[in-house]
Amino acid sequence: MKCAVCGRKAAVEVRRQGRAFCPEHYLEWFEHQVERAIRRHRMLKKEDRVLVAVSGGKDSIALWEVLRRLGFHTTGLHIQLGIADYSKRALEATRRFAEERSLPLIVVDLKETYRLTIPELAELTRRRTCSVCGLTKRYVMNRVAVEEGFDVVATGHNLDDEASVLLGNVLHWQTDALVRQDPVLPAKEKLAKRVKPLYLLTEREILAYTLLRRLPYQHEECPFAAGAKSLLYKEALNKLETAMPGTKQAFLEQYLKKIEPVLQKGLSAEEVALRECERCGYPTTGEVCAFCKTWDHAYRWAKRKGRIPGEVRFEAEPLLTFIPEGKGGGDARPAPSQEPAG
Amino acid sequence: MRVVLRTPEREERELKGPKKVREVLEELGIVPEGVIVARGEELLTLDDEVADDDTLEIISAVSGGKR
Ligand code: SF4
Ligand SMILES: [Zn+2]
Ligand SMILES: [Zn+2]
Repeated sequence: MKCAVCGRKAAVEVRRQGRAFCPEHYLEWFEHQVERAIRRHRMLKKEDRVLVAVSGGKDSIALWEVLRRLGFHTTGLHIQLGIADYSKRALEATRRFAEERSLPLIVVDLKETYRLTIPELAELTRRRTCSVCGLTKRYVMNRVAVEEGFDVVATGHNLDDEASVLLGNVLHWQTDALVRQDPVLPAKEKLAKRVKPLYLLTEREILAYTLLRRLPYQHEECPFAAGAKSLLYKEALNKLETAMPGTKQAFLEQYLKKIEPVLQKGLSAEEVALRECERCGYPTTGEVCAFCKTWDHAYRWAKRKGRIPGEVRFEAEPLLTFIPEGKGGGDARPAPSQEPAG
Repeated sequence: MRVVLRTPEREERELKGPKKVREVLEELGIVPEGVIVARGEELLTLDDEVADDDTLEIISAVSGGKR
């Protein structure tokens, strides 16, 4: 198998495009794909301050690297979930990446900020770990972006993530979730713009990029990922993809092009207005947002069990640790609230 | 050949060579779309042939959970 550009021996095959590339031209191809997605959907402007959500895994690390190479002004946001050694090693990989490239990093440690880790939050609320974890990450990400004056949050969601979520939503006809699959979610009052620049690249392609660029990343999986439905959907899609290259891309892209707009129109009557959460002031459809509700719930139980002193009230404001250029200890301080910095 | 699986837990297998990467994956029951196969620093395609004294690494690309 030969490189489609130079004819040298190929290292990575992109079967859905019927092509293969040598290492050098693969890296070029990959970065070009990301650049094209960004331009096509107007995800980012050159002058934007971009907050990159970085878990330390291959997707977010590859995303940060590509955005940096494309010349965007990026800051990483890493959330310490408190999932034992897994979380510690995630922070190590993230810090190493930031430090080697002198990129600014913000860390929010959930235990430090909110007194509980994600496993504790799940246990106290008796909810699935991934569900309270996803909710918390989304809230913190948005709040840091809004309060620190970032123009946009970029996440490492890839084609497999998006196609498997779509498959899950279709299998259960989750219409409310189906209309929110766009690679770009525009900003609203106190809701930062969100973009997914890797949404048309597969996990395999992203892993190949990470390996060829020799990026430090955490290969180990979160212990709570095992048995997740998303893995089952991904496996099913990968079987289809192997037999019919291009299936994942067509499934997602054609949905976004043909079906989602129709759904959005048809369901727009049902769209509920957003209001401010009575606890934290951030957008919600009810009186209290799901984030505050969940954490308040956990606090009630934690107090009953004597793990948190009775007089402590849950405060939604995250504590940020700034690590300029990825170096040094960095001091924790609360985000200067409300007004964006610039 | 020695095959080191990182899917993502580390596991080792011994297979007879030479054969194509595609056949290695078939023999191990691994779906090619979910992995990258490497020989040292070199990434391999399904058509590449690997020798009996090669050491391969099969790295899983699939990650789970809500992100
Ligand atoms: S797998 Fe679940 S618990 Fe682990 S980081 Fe992802 S969402 Fe959180
Ligand atoms: Zn080439
Ligand atoms: Zn709230």
